[in-house]
Amino acid sequence: MTILRSVTAISMALVLGLGFVGAGNLQAAGTSTTAKSNAFDYELKAVEIAKDTYLFQGKNEDFSVKNGGNVVNTGFIVTDDGVLIIDTGISRRYGEQQRAAIAKITDKPILAVYITHHHPDHFLGNQAYSDSKIYALDETAKSIKLEGEGFRSNMYRLVGDWMRGTLLTMPNEKLKAGKTTMGKHELEFFSVDGHTSSDLAIFDRTTGVLFAGDLVFNGRAPTTPHANIDKWQKTLSALKELPFKVLVPGHGSVAKDITPIEQTSDYLNWLVGVLKEGASNGMDMNEVMRTEIPERFQSMDLVKIELTRSVTHLYPALENQFLNPVND
Amino acid sequence: MKVVALVFTIVFSLMAQANAADKEMVDPLNSPQWGVMHKRFLNSEPVVFDDKVKVYAPEFAEDSMNVPISFEAIELKDIKEVVVMADLNPIPLVLRYFPNELTPYLAFRIKLQQGSPVRAAVKTSDNIWHVGGTWVDAAGGGCTLPSIGTSSGDWSSTLGKVSANIWPRKNSSNRLRIRVMHPMDTGLAPGIPKFHIEKMTLSDKEGNKLARLEVYEPISENPMLSLGVDKHEYLKINGRDNNGNIVDAEVVTR
Repeated sequence: MTILRSVTAISMALVLGLGFVGAGNLQAAGTSTTAKSNAFDYELKAVEIAKDTYLFQGKNEDFSVKNGGNVVNTGFIVTDDGVLIIDTGISRRYGEQQRAAIAKITDKPILAVYITHHHPDHFLGNQAYSDSKIYALDETAKSIKLEGEGFRSNMYRLVGDWMRGTLLTMPNEKLKAGKTTMGKHELEFFSVDGHTSSDLAIFDRTTGVLFAGDLVFNGRAPTTPHANIDKWQKTLSALKELPFKVLVPGHGSVAKDITPIEQTSDYLNWLVGVLKEGASNGMDMNEVMRTEIPERFQSMDLVKIELTRSVTHLYPALENQFLNPVND
Repeated sequence: MKVVALVFTIVFSLMAQANAADKEMVDPLNSPQWGVMHKRFLNSEPVVFDDKVKVYAPEFAEDSMNVPISFEAIELKDIKEVVVMADLNPIPLVLRYFPNELTPYLAFRIKLQQGSPVRAAVKTSDNIWHVGGTWVDAAGGGCTLPSIGTSSGDWSSTLGKVSANIWPRKNSSNRLRIRVMHPMDTGLAPGIPKFHIEKMTLSDKEGNKLARLEVYEPISENPMLSLGVDKHEYLKINGRDNNGNIVDAEVVTR
């Protein structure tokens, strides 16, 4: 109860998962509600990225009323036995539109849905698959149970009417790490951590596609609300060794090599350096938030805002290391 | 000649006051509560909105329970008092700082119940308030949630414990950072009375009082403060909360 209470307090207070909407976006709300024909249409287009494998690419933006929260990559694999879906997006509407878009590509049944981690843009579309098997790692399911409601209500604030009717739908199957074969696709599930306390990476050995979830960002600054950077770096080193041909990051464009993994790792390394240096020099949080972004990261989307957020997430633990108890 | 000079002085001082009054009318943050803030916390005294008072905060509160705020007003001289307020908070008054001779810089974290202007008003010896500020957007909930310490029940074992350090700096004031363990309950969470640090004083080795701080409910749990302390490398900190518990610590550079 103790832990639950404090975690609830934290999850209420954090602007969770990703991003934030500023006042400027409120105008867009008016625009999208007046546009009749395409109201609340995410315009999801399945792009074939490998044999049998498709991607819905989200925008490299913060959650806003304008984008409806379509800021995340989701994907699916069409196997001989049915469709495997990786993540379900931000809302009931996203999940339903994703399912409809998949039905245009194939009439095969849905075999399984996999949730990569417990951030809201990856699982709040589960509702559209309540008749299917929704798999998540045990720890991921626990986090969704604990924080899912908080995320859901916060998303109503951030993207507004796009969320209408979205209810928390829990994963209903436990996913075990390891190898399995689904419809002639040899899949390997990795139970890892770092971006959150429980991250799933899915490697399709048959096609060479690696779905990395939010362990890898491409051209968009990584987010850290539940991150453990040391663990994250270890996981990235391991992912780098996989013989993948196509890499699907949680956010940003698909890649054919390890460049996005190295970029994510480079950024996290820089971030930790900035935080440690600030803490060891007695800087306050706002001073650290004003740190200049190095040139190599300046083209990353949302880098300034993510630095601000990461200071909030990670600085308090670090700064305590440079204070001494003075009245014991 | 003397009379002319006197008339000029009067006219100019009237103009200066009228100027102050004009600027006062236009709150650059366009807050509906500014009039109330001015009356309630600045006693309706003359005000200028002044870029020399720099208030730093992120544009949005990632964590409404811990929104980092800092102000500095190093270009202003003869400062009597600094008042920090968040217009739209249920408890708007955050702190009062009396820096005396110390550098007018202070960083801390606050609880925000909703998006709000956050301001620092610096009163100089001519009795004019110089006001700077910024907007912080927030998801809310900061003030009406129980502190983690109170809800977990472990606050009493750490109450009043102080961690601190002083960083000597060559080209500016030395930096003092101090964290005091305290729930800082606002009294707005159901069934939990207000319980917060009220006063803190900073003194040197000889007991000379260097600066004084009045702390109110919006300051975050386990307050973390950063101050500019000139060339001091030894400081005493004394304080108490609204229940009479004492904070007592000595800090040296380490």
